[in-house]
Amino acid sequence: MTAETIIQSLASGLLMGLLYGLIAVGLALIFGLMDVVNFAHGEFLMIAMYATFFLFAFFAIDPLLAAPLVAAALFVFGALVYLCVVRFAVRAKANAGMVQIFSTFGLAIVMRGLAQFFFTPDYRSITHSWLGGKTFSIAGIYLPVPQLAGALVSIAAFTALYFFINRTDFGRALEATREDAGAVALVGIDKNRVFALGWGLGAALVGLAGAIMAMFFYVYPDVGASFALIAYVTVALGGFGSVFGAFAGGIVVGLVEAGTTLILPPSLKSVGIYAVYLLVVFIRPRGLFGSL
Amino acid sequence: MLSMHEVTTAYQGLVAISAVSIEVAKGEIVLVAGANGAGKSTLIKSIAGAERPRSGTVTFDGARLDGLPQHVITARGIAYVPENRRLFPRLSVHDNLRLGSYMYRGEADRDAPLELVFQLFPRLSERLEQRAETLSGGEQQMLAIGRALMTRPRLLMLDEPSQGIMPKLVDEIFAAVKRIRDTGMTVLIVEQRMAECLEIADRAYILQTGRVLMQGTAAEIKGNPDVRKAYLGL
Repeated sequence: MTAETIIQSLASGLLMGLLYGLIAVGLALIFGLMDVVNFAHGEFLMIAMYATFFLFAFFAIDPLLAAPLVAAALFVFGALVYLCVVRFAVRAKANAGMVQIFSTFGLAIVMRGLAQFFFTPDYRSITHSWLGGKTFSIAGIYLPVPQLAGALVSIAAFTALYFFINRTDFGRALEATREDAGAVALVGIDKNRVFALGWGLGAALVGLAGAIMAMFFYVYPDVGASFALIAYVTVALGGFGSVFGAFAGGIVVGLVEAGTTLILPPSLKSVGIYAVYLLVVFIRPRGLFGSL
Repeated sequence: MLSMHEVTTAYQGLVAISAVSIEVAKGEIVLVAGANGAGKSTLIKSIAGAERPRSGTVTFDGARLDGLPQHVITARGIAYVPENRRLFPRLSVHDNLRLGSYMYRGEADRDAPLELVFQLFPRLSERLEQRAETLSGGEQQMLAIGRALMTRPRLLMLDEPSQGIMPKLVDEIFAAVKRIRDTGMTVLIVEQRMAECLEIADRAYILQTGRVLMQGTAAEIKGNPDVRKAYLGL
């Protein structure tokens, strides 16, 4: 193992990690806002990837241009999921936790089933996108351009999110709702509106990630599952509900995954992630940046 | 201005207030007093929309309020400071106040009530960057009232503002309530500390086990021999 292979693999790990952060942040945002884990998060990613694929296949819109459209579509979708499903699930008086889990879990299965039916289980991929298959080399290290673009989009999205949460009025309302959803009515804020917009925002962010992923990954009905699992680890690692913990958690996951592949056979590449996760859970159960 | 007509509100089948009617006229300070469990908090929640009355009507400036969502009632001009204050604990004092004026657009418009809030509670202006949870009980109450004022209400409703507060600050808060009324606002206040509160109130209602036992001007209530014995300990 040379120094070059180590740097090479850590660099790719970093890029993937930034993308993992972007995939996971919506999950963290929604959990932080209303203590609901969206078990359909992977399926949100899946439909974003399909949307990107179809925009490319039918309208020849490059994934890079499609990304904002997909994010906007997912925003609407996320808000509707809150208004049509989650809003009712959180009202449950008995077994509230179970009802929440199974409502989004059920939604995930429905979405996967519909995708299998309408889109067939075939693996699809976007060929000949602007960035697809290209690499960028710097000092002897080769970086895949789509992942590089994903990393930049992720950094831009987190920066925008930071300013949105800390500098805008809606960001304050979001924070206030996180703190005490029952109290925002005292200042005339409709918590259902904040929740719906929070779900929209969370879904839009995973939509952005999906558009990037579609550039270099196969699109199929179950694609969300493995990435959702990584997203849960990312969020738990970063601290459940912490938006910027998801950023750091994503980078940790990406680097650990890359580091594992250096040492262990590729089929064991997830082992490192879960080992680190267990370690964090034992040492610091609230995650790296979580507050309790 | 506010009229509650034969309102009955129940929690899980237990009637907390029963056919209660009260009136609040513009510019008044009205006290609702009574022992623990008399239904004082339920009365104020039934107006604020935090509890939905089972029957009866609440009208504010001629428009029905009962059945409206709580945030809409706030937007109609009724600010409610609940018993446990419900501040946003990890947000700063400034952010808590700013959220009070969330409904308004335009900076000048939004910050206009700040001057009054700082006049009433100068210590808030010294603690703007502190998290709300780090304030003392009295300061938290001041912040809760300040946040309510930021919504620019026509009617301010306070639930037990003296609870858990040092006596010295209680006087300060009651004095502030009086000054708030002097700016033209109307105040409905629920309090167990009846003697002090009667000093600033114009009229009072006494609740007992969910019903209005007695009502009158502050002077009438203060002078009533039964009240003096049962509630004022004289």
